[in-house]
Amino acid sequence: MATTTSDAQLSTRERSLRVRLIPYIDRFGILFLVLLMVLIGAITQPGIFLTWRNLSNLPGQNAANAVLAIGMFVVILTAGIDLSVGSVLALAMMTTAVLARDGFPPALLVPLPILIGMGVGLVNGFGLTKMRLPHPFIVTLGTLNIARGLANLVSGGVPVSGLPEVVRFWGAGNIALGNVQLPVSLIIVAVLYVGFLVFLQYTRTGRHIYAIGGNPQAARVSGINVDRTLMLVYILCGAMAGLAGLLVAGRTNSGFPNAGIGAELDAISAVIIGGASFFGGRGSVLGVLAGVLVIGLMRNILNLNNVQVFWQQVLIGVVIIFAVFLDVLRRRAGSASE
Amino acid sequence: MTQATSPSEAERTPVIEARGICKYFGAVTALEDVYLKLYRGEVLGVVGDNGAGKSTLMKILAGLYPPSAGQLYVDGQAAHFASPKEARDRGIEMVYQDLALAGNLRIDENIFLGRERVRRFGPFKLVDNAESMRLAKEHLEKLKIEVKSVRQRVEELSGGQRQAVAIARATAFDAKVVIMDEPTAALAIKEVRKVLDLIKDLRNHGIGVILISHRLDDIFYVCDRVMALFHGRNFAEAPLAETSRNEVIGWIMGNKSPVAQAAKIFDLN
Repeated sequence: MATTTSDAQLSTRERSLRVRLIPYIDRFGILFLVLLMVLIGAITQPGIFLTWRNLSNLPGQNAANAVLAIGMFVVILTAGIDLSVGSVLALAMMTTAVLARDGFPPALLVPLPILIGMGVGLVNGFGLTKMRLPHPFIVTLGTLNIARGLANLVSGGVPVSGLPEVVRFWGAGNIALGNVQLPVSLIIVAVLYVGFLVFLQYTRTGRHIYAIGGNPQAARVSGINVDRTLMLVYILCGAMAGLAGLLVAGRTNSGFPNAGIGAELDAISAVIIGGASFFGGRGSVLGVLAGVLVIGLMRNILNLNNVQVFWQQVLIGVVIIFAVFLDVLRRRAGSASE
Repeated sequence: MTQATSPSEAERTPVIEARGICKYFGAVTALEDVYLKLYRGEVLGVVGDNGAGKSTLMKILAGLYPPSAGQLYVDGQAAHFASPKEARDRGIEMVYQDLALAGNLRIDENIFLGRERVRRFGPFKLVDNAESMRLAKEHLEKLKIEVKSVRQRVEELSGGQRQAVAIARATAFDAKVVIMDEPTAALAIKEVRKVLDLIKDLRNHGIGVILISHRLDDIFYVCDRVMALFHGRNFAEAPLAETSRNEVIGWIMGNKSPVAQAAKIFDLN
């Protein structure tokens, strides 16, 4: 019979405001951190921070990390990790730049970096599911080195500059919307995030990804093809890394083999700050977006305040630890309410 | 070894049957020429010491392992399961000892895991959460399983509730056979009875249940028939009414008669 209890049966404790707030804090807590950042920016640099000139820089500066982070998020949902994305970004970018220089048809230069990323993702998935390497850390550490090496090999280790308009459009273009120039990279990020939200929340495969993160054995005996799903997850993450390579190439109008060094760590940071669990099965697309914004806003504010770049790194480290600690406290409060 | 079945049982077709099942893991023989029959609306207890082959046999019935030799029959027809999914498609469900639930998902998501309810939106098929929750709620009510809300995540539930969700999952799609591996082992005492009554309920709905348990209390409370495995072979089998607790204990330890059993324990020979 009753699968729900009537309000009368709820204890006063369960009805107390604090306990009822927990699910909302759980979902939206990270947005407060974003608002806090905006507030700090507005207070420390009034007249600069909230100008269109400053804010319109943010999408371009953060689009690549946003794209890397959403791919990384899907991997982390399965309790995995992809260390190769920074190198894949560079490989995709360099290959595109070198082929553009050598007269490759420009129209093919747009899908190319994404296909390269999917190729590396396929290798990562293969290493994990077919070669049965013990942890995705291993195979993606391997491809981190392989892709970085290849990025240098295709160009002889030197940067290539000057890309066709069709490539620059993706990273640096604008689309006029009334009298506002919307950055193309912003539109890409918006479309991707909505797409991933629907994919993860409302498709069977998306739910299977969560289930695999929650309990891979349960997923397996439920008839979910775990290996195939993992393969898809790493290919998706690789595709995002390739797309990020396209965006950076377009934005800088060049290819340089040292692009994206350490980018995987920024992506992981954004995902973790956004509330995803390293152990899989937990986190949301909205959280990832918030994590990207927190990192991006923090860099922006520190730059505006002329804080040395080395201090930025220190502070990002502090924020990672602080954000995850908040998460720990939140969960402790959550489980105490049971 | 006996394949004793009463005449009335022999006339019926077993809902699932295993004939001459062998299973080898490398040089290790887990099962050797094992037979099993289960009828609709029957609860079969399977007992045996650790390593007797109970779990291996169940995993073969559930499609998790292929047998090395021997044949399975579902409703009298030969069946080969390449995966648990194929067994589930034939109505053979298993409730695993470690429950095999995803704690981070809602109750209804666990019940329909791998068989999600979807709705078409143009070219896309999207998960229909409202329908999933409605059906899950209905199904839990049918099984008289009480939870606060199907929206709860499984990790928020007690051990007994999780077991109930696992059983609900196994019975959500016209199961013919539900195999349960130690369903009461991890439960608080007051929860054990609920799960056992749930098993009786399944039987009354015409589902065949195989129950593996170390707890003879469970076996004698809920089973119609009990069979014992010993060192990977059929050892003994009897309707519950024709055996006794001591005899079954003897079977588990590899002794056919309670007298021999007592003799062994008290070293009377």
